[in-house]
Amino acid sequence: MSADQPEALLRVEGLKTYFPVRGGVFLTAQAQCKAVDDVSIHIGPGETLGLVGESGCGKSTLGKTIVRLIKPTDGRILFDGSDLSSMSERALKPHRRQVQMIFQDPADSLNSRHSIGNILEEPFIIHGIGDAAERDRRVARLLDVVGLPSSAVERFPFEFSGGQRQRIGIARAVALNPKLIICDEPVSALDVSIQSQILNLMLDLQQEMNLSYLFIAHDLAVVKHVSDRIAIMYLGRIVEMGGADEVYERPKHPYTQALISAIPEPVPGGKRERQILAGDVPSPIDPPSGCAFHTRCPHAQPKCSEERPELRDVVARTGEEHVVACHFDV
Amino acid sequence: MSSENKTPLLSVRNLVVEFSTRYGPVRAVDDISFDVYPNETVGIVGESGCGKTVTGLTLLQLIPMPPGRIVQGSINFDGRDLTKLSEKEMQEMRGSDISMIFQEPMTALNPVFSVGNQMIDVLRRHKNLTRRQARELAINMLDTVGIPAPRKRIDEYPHQMSGGMRQRVMIAMALSCGPKLLIADEPTTALDVTTQAQVMEQIVKLQDEFHMSMILVTHDLGVVAESCDRAIVMYCGNIIETAAIDDLFHKPQHPYTRGLLDSIPRIREERITELPIIRGMVPDLLHLPDGCRFADRCPRATDECRQDKPVVNIDPVTGNGVACYHPMG
Repeated sequence: MSADQPEALLRVEGLKTYFPVRGGVFLTAQAQCKAVDDVSIHIGPGETLGLVGESGCGKSTLGKTIVRLIKPTDGRILFDGSDLSSMSERALKPHRRQVQMIFQDPADSLNSRHSIGNILEEPFIIHGIGDAAERDRRVARLLDVVGLPSSAVERFPFEFSGGQRQRIGIARAVALNPKLIICDEPVSALDVSIQSQILNLMLDLQQEMNLSYLFIAHDLAVVKHVSDRIAIMYLGRIVEMGGADEVYERPKHPYTQALISAIPEPVPGGKRERQILAGDVPSPIDPPSGCAFHTRCPHAQPKCSEERPELRDVVARTGEEHVVACHFDV
Repeated sequence: MSSENKTPLLSVRNLVVEFSTRYGPVRAVDDISFDVYPNETVGIVGESGCGKTVTGLTLLQLIPMPPGRIVQGSINFDGRDLTKLSEKEMQEMRGSDISMIFQEPMTALNPVFSVGNQMIDVLRRHKNLTRRQARELAINMLDTVGIPAPRKRIDEYPHQMSGGMRQRVMIAMALSCGPKLLIADEPTTALDVTTQAQVMEQIVKLQDEFHMSMILVTHDLGVVAESCDRAIVMYCGNIIETAAIDDLFHKPQHPYTRGLLDSIPRIREERITELPIIRGMVPDLLHLPDGCRFADRCPRATDECRQDKPVVNIDPVTGNGVACYHPMG
C-alpha cells in the first residue's frame, strides 16, 4: 500500500489537535498542549495500521479526533473521499456509521443501567434501521457473531467478565457494518488467555467484513501480531512508519529501537543487550526544540536540538513504504 | 538456585485465606505451600483473581480482617511464624524485615506529604535516627534508586513526579531499612515499556546489592522470564505448577502454563495467523468444581481430573512440581 495510491479508505493529512492549557485568575489559555501535531497517516480497505507509543504521546487523541469525538485544530480527515474534519454534527451523522470505535475499558464504555439488548439495539435506533422485530433479529445475530449466548440480551454489563464485556463492545462497534474501526487499547485491560481470544475474534471479523482497523496500543507484541503496517508516535508526532515486519526487524528511529529492545520476552536465559532510555517523556506543553526525542536519544548530535527532522523515505527491503523522522541513519 | 543444604528464608505451608462475602465464603488462596531461599527471586504468576496478590498481602498480614481470614497454615519467616505474631510485632516486621512495593505508586504514596517526610517516617519508625540523619539517609536512598537531583527532589510531593519516578521513590522507601525480603506486587504494570525496563533493571541491581530475596507478583510472563530464578503459577487460588525458570518456560508441565505461554504474541518470532487460545474462562470462586479447577478448559482432561483434585508433588531433586494427572512431559 503506497502513499500515493488514491484508494486509501482513510487519509489523514497534517492533522493537529491542540488543547488550551488554562491558568491564572480568569482561566485564560496560557499555553497549548500539542497532543497531535501534524500527523499524516492512511489506511487502506481491509488493512490494519498499528499505532504505538507511550502514555501521553497522543495516540488516543489521534484516534478520537479521527472519529470526531474531538474537533481537530487543523488538518484534514479524508474518509472515503469526504473531509470529516470540519463537518457539522448533522452532516457527520451518515459517516458515523462507517467509522466506529472500540474502547480500552469495556466496563466504563458500557452503560451499566442498560441491558445488553438495549446497548446493542441503540445504534439501529439512532440510525433508523428496521422495526423492533428486525432490530431484535439483528441483535441476536450480533451476539452470535461475537460468541455470546442469546440469553445475554436480558442481562446487564456487571454480569459479564472483562473479556465478555469487550465482546459486547466489539458487537456494538460492528453493528452498523462499518468500514473502519478505531481500536483504542482493546485488549490491554484483559488477561493473557482472554486477550488471545479477543484478538482472534477481531481478526476473524476483519476477514469476514473486510474491516480496516486503526489499532492503538502500547504493547508492541500485540500490535505486531495484528498489524500490516505500524506507526510509532512520540510527543504528538509520527517518528516512524512502515510495514510491520520491516519496522520490527529493521527499526530506523532510535526511539523505535529502544522501544523494541525494552520489551521483556517470555524466554528465560537470553539476557539480551538492552538499550535503556534515560529519563522520562518530556511534557507536550513545552516539547524540546528540534527533534523532540533528542533529550533521551543515545545518538543525539547538536543538529538534533536545532532542526526538526521531517519524515523521509528509507529503503525498505520489501519495497514497501517506510518513513522515519531522524536526521541520521542509525 | 539449589534448594539442598539451605534453609529457606520464607516457608509457607498449607496457607488458606478466606473472605466472607454476601454470597458465602470465598477461598482466594486455597492450601498453598512454597519456600523462598535467601537471595532468590520467586515469581508468582497468574491471571486476575488467581490469588497472587492476596498471597503477597497475606505474608505481611495486610489483608483486611474481617472480611478476610487466615483459615489455616503457617508463614515461617526467619524462624518465626508470622501468623502467630501480634499486630504490634507485625508492625516491627513490616518495612524493616519484609517490605512491599505496590502496583500503583500514586495511590501507595500519601499525596499530602512530601516524599522526604514519608521516607523519614519509615526510617525513624524502625531505626534509632535523628531527623537530620534520617533525611541524609533518605537522600542517599533516592540517589541509589537513580532519582536525579535527590537533594531537591526529596521535598517534592508525589504529584510533581512522573509514574516511573514515583515507583522509584516507593522502591527507595521499601529498601531504606535493608529488608531481607521484598514483595513486589506488579511493580511495573502501570508503567510504560521503556520506564518498565528502567525500573526492573534497577530492582534487580538493588536486589544484588542488598542481598535480598524477592517475591515478584505479576501477570507478565516476560518480566518473570527475565528476572526470576523460580516461578509459581497460580490458578483459582491453587498453585498448579512451580519450577525453575528455564524448566517452566522450556518444558511447562501443566496444560494451563503451556496454554498461557502459547497465547502470548511473540515479538521476535514470525507472525502466525491465529493465536492458540485457552478456551472458556476462569471459573467463579464461589462455584468451584470438585476436581481440577482447570479441567473444564483443559484439552487433556479426563474423568479422573473432574473427580479428584490433583496436588502438587515436589520433586526433591529439581524442586519442580506440578498439580496434574496428565502433565505435558
